[in-house]
Amino acid sequence: MTRILYILQKEFIQVLRDKSMLPMILFIPVLQLLILSYTATFEIRNIRLVVCDLDHSSESRELAGKFKGSSFYNIVNYVQSYDEGAEWLKKGTAEQLLVIEPGFAKNIIHTGDASVLLTTDAINGSAASLMNAYGTSIINQFGREMAVTATGSAQLREALRIEPQFWYNPELDYKTYMVPGILVLLVTIIGMFLSAMNVVREKETGTIEQINVTPIRKYQFMTGKLLPFWIIALFELAFGLLIARVVFGIAVAGSIPLLFAVASVYLLVVLGFGLLVSTITDTMQQAMFISWFFMVIFILMSGLFTPVESMPDWAQWVNKANPLAYFIKINRMIMLKGSGFSDFSGLFFGLVFYAMLTLSLAVFRYRKTS
Amino acid sequence: MKGFIYKEFLHIFRDPRTMLILFGMPIVQVLLFGFAITNEINNAGIAILDESKDEMSIALTDKLLASGYFTLKENLRSRDEIEAVFRKGNTSLVVVFEPQFSSRFIREGQAAVQLIADASDPNTAHLLSVFASGIIRDFSGDISIINKPPLTIRIQTNMLYNPELKGVFMFVPGTITVLLMLISAMMTSISIAKEKEMGTMEVLLVSPLKTWQIVSGKVVPYILLSFINALIILLLAYTVFAMPLRGSLLLLLAESILFIVMALTMGIFISTISNTQQQAMLLSMFALMLPTILLSGFIFPVENMPDALQYLSHVMPSKWFIVIIKQIMLKGLGITYFWKETLILALMTAFFLIMSIRKFNVRLS
Repeated sequence: MTRILYILQKEFIQVLRDKSMLPMILFIPVLQLLILSYTATFEIRNIRLVVCDLDHSSESRELAGKFKGSSFYNIVNYVQSYDEGAEWLKKGTAEQLLVIEPGFAKNIIHTGDASVLLTTDAINGSAASLMNAYGTSIINQFGREMAVTATGSAQLREALRIEPQFWYNPELDYKTYMVPGILVLLVTIIGMFLSAMNVVREKETGTIEQINVTPIRKYQFMTGKLLPFWIIALFELAFGLLIARVVFGIAVAGSIPLLFAVASVYLLVVLGFGLLVSTITDTMQQAMFISWFFMVIFILMSGLFTPVESMPDWAQWVNKANPLAYFIKINRMIMLKGSGFSDFSGLFFGLVFYAMLTLSLAVFRYRKTS
Repeated sequence: MKGFIYKEFLHIFRDPRTMLILFGMPIVQVLLFGFAITNEINNAGIAILDESKDEMSIALTDKLLASGYFTLKENLRSRDEIEAVFRKGNTSLVVVFEPQFSSRFIREGQAAVQLIADASDPNTAHLLSVFASGIIRDFSGDISIINKPPLTIRIQTNMLYNPELKGVFMFVPGTITVLLMLISAMMTSISIAKEKEMGTMEVLLVSPLKTWQIVSGKVVPYILLSFINALIILLLAYTVFAMPLRGSLLLLLAESILFIVMALTMGIFISTISNTQQQAMLLSMFALMLPTILLSGFIFPVENMPDALQYLSHVMPSKWFIVIIKQIMLKGLGITYFWKETLILALMTAFFLIMSIRKFNVRLS
């Protein structure tokens, strides 16, 4: 036990001595938390629209006015031909083009069958389908209003009322959803890179030999290496939760001790993985690259940015081996919905399994002789 | 000079782990983005709380489930179960039919369906509720012929450049950019910082090599590697995902080289301000990689961010490069459309070059 304490003391001295490391560990993640939460959003607002009104009627102007009045749209220009409007899309200075063809008003009044053209820059496919849905719903709404005026009946009641309700986040604020996920991401990055860099750094500078000749046991060495980062990362989580509360007003809906209990198991997985990477590499550069390689795959597939349920079946199976996905899901459940242990016990035991797996692999792979 | 470049190549090729990141990563990323990662919604878990269980509520349930957007996870019996089902986290939407649904719909012409969404994921919640509302409206339109609107406005929609709305069109330009940045900026900065940390920089400095020779010796292998990588990604996008190249290939390659050189000068600059490999790594990670991914419009559209972040995104070189790639590959435009972006990249290169030469000289004295 005392041996572990000595190694612990040594690690803390090493981390805290480096003047540039401490601010990096503390402030950069905080900055990232603030910036990330504002950047990571799929909300579409202020769609830049070019209107090409070839009809010049009061009806066509009224339709354009509907777009202007919508909080989703921002009319950047009115043009007189389709080609001129298409040029805006080409240059990337507008995302959508609405063309109202000549005869629009006449058709509304006489034949009851008018048409408009809505062109969308679809390079970003998912955004395009949303923009298209917004545009379509504004035009449809306009059509219904026109129909009411045409028939003279003030009430065009819908026989089937649809009452949408949004639980847990009635304003549909995307930040509320992202902050818990980003917290996990930051804790992971810090834990993984500190642990992955650590042993290999001793290898590269040769100081590992000095430790190897001491009577310390493998598991003692590993524990001593692991604990400091475990503490730092948990501290970081607490700090992040505080920021979430103060800056974003997101309070943890569920139990905070439960959250930390899950986090401490999860961090064992991350640190175990980092140490494993550290033992199988010889230089920091290699360690960096290998952990980066896995981090990118873990992050992209974790459901942090895109829903896991939409991935094909094989990818969802692969994702069963992704600890990041487990913890992001659990953290969101606890923080936003107040889920209890029984709601995610399966995921939790998955984490326990991976913690044991990575830690025993790391201890097993570590050799005191080279 | 030649010998020096050769030495750098050996450093890189000797190690399979570096090769993994250099060539494995781009391929894995493009494949993941192409096949696995999508923003589209399909098979979202829903639960039904049917308080009437009559002809129409069953018909509407079938219609919802047949759409392909939803998978039925559970049939609920009371409202108290909604909370529990959300907390378990497999269900994103609960559809509630009120009692005597059919009779209220037909006789009174006024029935209600509640769509209760788990909005802890607001994006999915919003989309699901839009999709479900659409299906329900269709259904109600099918049933009540009396309600047929006297006026229709047909909307012809036109999806430019990407009619099938493939996600990979969006991700390929971003992936190329991130990888070029990773290899060029991060690897050079680490490799120079390493020579400093190990003390081998001194050896190089006392050799008859000039400073510019040392620096270009460091840089040339990475230019080549980055370039090969960009070609691999483009080829993959072209063959596997049928991503078009509508503009000039030559122009695209020229712009890529400009961006690579920019990233390299940036890497050299980072290495001049950091003393250890670890510092260089953390700096490139946090100051470079994450902003590159987030503020460049790679995944998240920049237009929706707060103003301050939009201004910040202007100093991200990757943002300009992504615009250029998209305009060449997907829109097939020429240099007249993006000379401004090109000029910005060139100015950034000059800036980092001057800064690092000044820093480098200070270090020598």
